[in-house]
Amino acid sequence: MTRAIRSFLAATEIDTRLAGMIGALAVIWIGFNFLSGGLFLSSRNLWNLSVQSSSIAIMATGMVLIIVSRNIDLSVGSLLGFLGYTMAMVQAMWIPTALGLGFNQPYTWIVALAVGIVLGALIGAFQGFVISYGGVPAFIVTLGGFLVWRGLIFWYAQGQTIAPMDATYQLIGGGPAGSLGFTASWIVAILASLAIGYSVIMSGRRRRAYGFPVRPTWAVVTVIAAGCVAVLGAVWVANNYFWPPALATQFARANGITEPPGGLQIPTGIAYPVLLLIGVTLAMNYLATRRKFGRYVYSIGGNPDAAELGGINVRRTIVGTYAVMGILVAISAGVQTARLNAAVTNLGVQNELDVIAAAVIGGTSFSGGIGTITGAVLGAIVMQSLRSGMVLLRVDSPTQDIVVGVVLVTAVGLDAFARRRSAR
Amino acid sequence: MVDDRTALVEMRNVRVAFGGVHAVEDVSINLFAGEVVGLVGGNGAGKSTLMRALSGARPPDSGEIWIEGRQVHITNPRVAKAYGIETIYQNLALADNIDAAGNVFLGRELTDRTGTLDDDAMESATRKVMQRLNPNFKNFKVPVKSLSGGQRQSVAIARPVHFNARILIMDEPTAALGPAETAQVRDLIRQLKAEGIGIFLISHDIHDVFDLSDRISVMYHGKRVGTVNRDEVTADEILGMIIMGQSAEESAAAATSG
Repeated sequence: MTRAIRSFLAATEIDTRLAGMIGALAVIWIGFNFLSGGLFLSSRNLWNLSVQSSSIAIMATGMVLIIVSRNIDLSVGSLLGFLGYTMAMVQAMWIPTALGLGFNQPYTWIVALAVGIVLGALIGAFQGFVISYGGVPAFIVTLGGFLVWRGLIFWYAQGQTIAPMDATYQLIGGGPAGSLGFTASWIVAILASLAIGYSVIMSGRRRRAYGFPVRPTWAVVTVIAAGCVAVLGAVWVANNYFWPPALATQFARANGITEPPGGLQIPTGIAYPVLLLIGVTLAMNYLATRRKFGRYVYSIGGNPDAAELGGINVRRTIVGTYAVMGILVAISAGVQTARLNAAVTNLGVQNELDVIAAAVIGGTSFSGGIGTITGAVLGAIVMQSLRSGMVLLRVDSPTQDIVVGVVLVTAVGLDAFARRRSAR
Repeated sequence: MVDDRTALVEMRNVRVAFGGVHAVEDVSINLFAGEVVGLVGGNGAGKSTLMRALSGARPPDSGEIWIEGRQVHITNPRVAKAYGIETIYQNLALADNIDAAGNVFLGRELTDRTGTLDDDAMESATRKVMQRLNPNFKNFKVPVKSLSGGQRQSVAIARPVHFNARILIMDEPTAALGPAETAQVRDLIRQLKAEGIGIFLISHDIHDVFDLSDRISVMYHGKRVGTVNRDEVTADEILGMIIMGQSAEESAAAATSG
């Protein structure tokens, strides 16, 4: 049995660790579904799960690169609060009032996001600079950042909530309006399926042209089929989650549609934050595995001396990882403020711990050099699944923390055990 | 050795200090194309430090380095590589979590026009080099951590071979190897030498050095005690130099006077 699984994974070239995580996720989902009497695997819950996971998952992809290069970032939660506040100030105060341009301008959302992303990159690069050129340990620098960025929020607004957000900007946060809808979701699904097939076949063709060993045809077909089923299934679920009745009624009235008996059923489709997460995951995967920058990050984690002797600019690469982290924090800050339709002072509190936990549950190793982007995203989904499942089962919040804490340590312990065994 | 040719490498009066300690003091040494110069000495004699000055890992505090009659300033490993200086370090300097091709091309990755890594081209080039170095090498897709000592050594050696080193520094290349693999490395050194590559060979193994080198430089406490032609000395004389820190004539003189 185990040998059959192993040879299947070898032929399909699916990462064992990733396969294990998907297996664990399946167990969690089916378990919660059973315990909640079928509530967990409802379209509504899965759709919510996807939206709730996205903000942490986006940041976890950046945390992977930082932990892989043997550093840490404790500042992401505070930085998220600070950037979220800045973006909220841009759209709720500075553009409309200070500059006197008024609310809900067509450019407001993109200006706010751009300000956050540029500022995030600069702050991240600055922290990275102090770490790699200043020689201050990452733990200390980002602990300082944790205090400083949170403190700066109070300078901004003296503890006030900033609201509301720009109308277009709010869509980044998801919700029925902030989703692709039926047709566009299916188009995305079909394009994604084609892309999966194309990339798998092209990579096989390239390897064959070089005369390298390639996957057997059945394995290629299996990989493509599994990818397509996952994509199409996810979109099918998203399209089976309908707008809440009250919103649907509102929509029907506004558009002069007479509601059929039982109410208007409007498929929601993929939420924009989930779309953002997919884009970030693809981009970060490309950065981590197909660019020199990513190769350098992993080589620094594997052997810093070898990287240095190989002529790699280690310090600049470290600065780069923190700049990327800052950009991702800004994107997540956009998602969270848009979703709340406000910037509140506790925005992003404890996010650094969730993000680190997601990366680590996703197989990122603190000893450096090991970790995948996809794993971290799965890690974030595992964490959110646990929380969401326990909410369905009416488990109180302190107990949730206990469970997540135990799962975190157990996951890393099992991983270390498996690694020791495979090393032998 | 006839010294009226231009030396491939000439290091003049090189000094390297760590804090107050002079690891290398006023050492001059040269290397010609197609020649193997053995570098021997006890622990802490400064062999590796001298070579790290040439490979850019730790630039010298003072002194000059000349490559083919032109003075150069080797400030980092990248500059050294641009002059065709490649190094195989004692600890191999491999990133354990990356596969063979990734290590061979570390810091010099091949990319396509968009800057995307061309992993297939790198793997193909690595396979070609391995065909020559170690035809049994098959594990191209696994992190080098899971390879045997000999295979890891092959990866480290593949680097200078692929990039056509003109000057090769080998720091204890056979220290971690079994007899068969050691023989393989020796063959390779002879082969590279025949191709006109200049090789600095650091080794504890006096027999290795004696078999492979044309000249042997002995270092003692950061200084160069002497350089001798292999054909003109015995292994025992070299050992004496390593232990006593004196050249053969000096120790002979000391023996007669004492």
